[in-house]
Amino acid sequence: MEEFAALIDSLVYTTSRNAKLQLVADYLRRTPDPDRGWALAALTEGLDFPAVKSSTIRNLLHDRVDPVLWTLSRDFVGDTAETASLLWPQPHMPPAPPPTVSEAVALLAEMTRATVSVKLAQLLDRLDADGRYALLKMATGAMRVGVSARLAKTAFAQAFDVSVEEVEEYWHAIPAPYTALFDWAANGAAPPDTAALPLFRPFMLAHPLEELEVDLLDYVAEWKWDGIRVQLAHAGGETRLYSRGGEDITGTFPEMAEALTIPAVLDGELLVRGAHQGGEEGGAASFNALQQRLGRKVVSAKMLAEAPAFVRLYDVLQLDGEDLRERPWTERRAALEALLPRLPADRFDISAVIAANHFAHLATIREGTRDDAIEGVMLKKRDSPYVAGRRTGLWYKWKRDPLLVDCVLMYAQRGSGRRASFYSDYTFGCWDGDPDEGAELLPVGKAYSGFTDEELKKLDKHVRQHTVKRFGPVRETDRSLVFEVAFDSIHVSKRHKSGLAMRFPRIHRIRWDKPVHEADRIAALQALVRD
Amino acid sequence: MPANFSWIRPEPWGIHVVPADCWIDPAREVPHALVTHGHADHARGGHGQTVATPATLAIMELRYNTREGAVPVEYGETIRLPGGVDATYLPAGHVLGSAQILLEHAGERVIVTGDYKRRHDPTCPPFQVTPCDIFITEATFGLPVFTHPPIEGEMAKLLQRLADQPDRCVLVGAYALGKAQRVIAELRRAGHDRPVFLHGALERMCRLYEDWGIDLGELRLVSDAKKDEMHGAVVMAPPSALNDRWSRRLPDPVTSMASGWMMVRQRARQRGVELPLIISDHADWPELIATIQEVNPQESWITHGREEALLRWCELHQRKARALALVGYDEDEDD
Repeated sequence: MEEFAALIDSLVYTTSRNAKLQLVADYLRRTPDPDRGWALAALTEGLDFPAVKSSTIRNLLHDRVDPVLWTLSRDFVGDTAETASLLWPQPHMPPAPPPTVSEAVALLAEMTRATVSVKLAQLLDRLDADGRYALLKMATGAMRVGVSARLAKTAFAQAFDVSVEEVEEYWHAIPAPYTALFDWAANGAAPPDTAALPLFRPFMLAHPLEELEVDLLDYVAEWKWDGIRVQLAHAGGETRLYSRGGEDITGTFPEMAEALTIPAVLDGELLVRGAHQGGEEGGAASFNALQQRLGRKVVSAKMLAEAPAFVRLYDVLQLDGEDLRERPWTERRAALEALLPRLPADRFDISAVIAANHFAHLATIREGTRDDAIEGVMLKKRDSPYVAGRRTGLWYKWKRDPLLVDCVLMYAQRGSGRRASFYSDYTFGCWDGDPDEGAELLPVGKAYSGFTDEELKKLDKHVRQHTVKRFGPVRETDRSLVFEVAFDSIHVSKRHKSGLAMRFPRIHRIRWDKPVHEADRIAALQALVRD
Repeated sequence: MPANFSWIRPEPWGIHVVPADCWIDPAREVPHALVTHGHADHARGGHGQTVATPATLAIMELRYNTREGAVPVEYGETIRLPGGVDATYLPAGHVLGSAQILLEHAGERVIVTGDYKRRHDPTCPPFQVTPCDIFITEATFGLPVFTHPPIEGEMAKLLQRLADQPDRCVLVGAYALGKAQRVIAELRRAGHDRPVFLHGALERMCRLYEDWGIDLGELRLVSDAKKDEMHGAVVMAPPSALNDRWSRRLPDPVTSMASGWMMVRQRARQRGVELPLIISDHADWPELIATIQEVNPQESWITHGREEALLRWCELHQRKARALALVGYDEDEDD
């Protein structure tokens, strides 16, 4: 555990991607199985210890530290695991030597809600502050050391000189601690057999189009639908649904798992049926409706009936045992169109190609669409294979321009992690009438992105200098600053006093110059609702 | 008869000693000031009269280029102020010249600590525990998460990094008054005898420390050095220079910072620090608590820093305490 804790600490203080890769690769090379596999699982958030939650840690500390002192400390540090690691009353003599990573994982896995308060405390007693930090981070499943799953896999590939695409493919075939994966990469053993498994294949991704124009003879245009990108894989009699990050979300959408019974790997957009908003293709509800279903582990029959899911297909990666990824888009598209009649029509349709003659024509069509289920346009090179990741020149996304309104900063909250000392989360509002006639501001949204680090410093200073009230980590400001807020769409919501909720709000510009009474009114936002 | 302790009044811009019409560490210009130590948030220029230790006055002279109105007081020396107030300056162990001020009036004793720590520091005499009725204490690191490690371990970390990466240099960000000189003195104590390279902004204060008898070994200016002379060397700079263009002249620097805030990972990360050194010139939580227990005052007044937590601790331990809201004493990120 000390080596792992030291790795975690080094990663925290290392910003360069190459240096991070080096640190992880060195650790993987020098650490024996199965410790290195568990460590890798921890870095890629592949561990789950249901008995250990943030609240478990909090309760454990409440038994040992005054709750007021705990809260003040937690607010300052900005991270529950780190606060707990610092406040843990360390025994003068540890009851046992520090555990190995494997031993810690085994002990954490054994814990139940009934035993966790005793067992976790025993484990913490065996570690120093850095060890406790690493353990608690591992136990709660969020290392936050700036290592994405992708970076960890790249480091793995670098450590043993194998290709990262292969690592991605085999990854999901092998459970942690990935001993067979290390055997293959480090010792030259045969790779795991993946043919009979419904595995995740890395997605092909797009670059933003920016100022570029492309020739529609070489590129095909499709709508970019506003749901969630998914992959459906069926093999060996089993179907799995994966999110863009490779997370298994089959349980959240059981109707989709039942709908695919042909051996295939399909790429598409998951949407739910609802009010008629899908333009000519019809049937898709706004993202707001889909959101009601995301993140649920148990799905009620009512939910399945009211907001049934379907997938609007973009691509086919494998079909009837054949890998199509090397084929050009045109061939894959033909295979997809031929496949469609074999799939249940209530669960699948196909994302239509936009009939545009030339780029300017496409721009007009894109401008003209007012369909909320459309996020923008995709441009795909007609002869491109399906390659993992974002490859320059093959796929582009061309999002619709965001909606913009001027809002007034009302409250600011401290961020967490890297932003723990900054007021970086902003709640802003619009006027419920004419501000010169005594109108009030009502909160319409919250944003914590869209500004640079330099701007964040200025905003933080503004908040501190314009505070009128404090509520724990939140400050109310004197309402003197206007934000130009960008968002993708706006919906009716009962959760907010203004009755509105924005989708993807972000700070577009900080209007240091603009007087607050010129900010927008609620009525202007209501006019943008298309529910 | 006036109420107890009504002669000492905390105001937003400083502590007012009413019968003497003196202010302690005032945040604005006043006719009569008592100054605890030379840090800019305590020692402002422009007062009519400034009572401080000779070293603090020397530091202020270096900063503000004037000795006008300077009234020196040695440690342990008592001076009589108007209105029947006696002031005694006692070592605070914070930086060179730093003092607590003991005020006595009408049989009542009040101590204003200024900033202080309880650890050994080769650059200044240690904090002196002195009984009093009211103890006005700082609380910069007044949260139970702050238990600063022994400085020897932090020095070992620094020297280890020099040895591991001899082609680089370690650039240590440290507050120009106190922290920089303490780190250099501790390096010498740990046996590091190579030249230490300085950012220009640190030079005069280091020379002042040497004039006051603190041996800092061989010091050289970065501006006078060639890049390859600094391989494997310690370079000291004020924190603001860490990510500045200035550091481009250094050979692949490892960014380090000597500060009590380095205990919190995300704080270190925010500053882009690769090698955090947890070195503080302020009392950490156990020191704050131990000091209140040892001084054992009737009442503790808590100022600049995280008053709430120390206030809570006093409440839990049946000690009378209150928080003072003084302006101008910012949570000093560099300190």
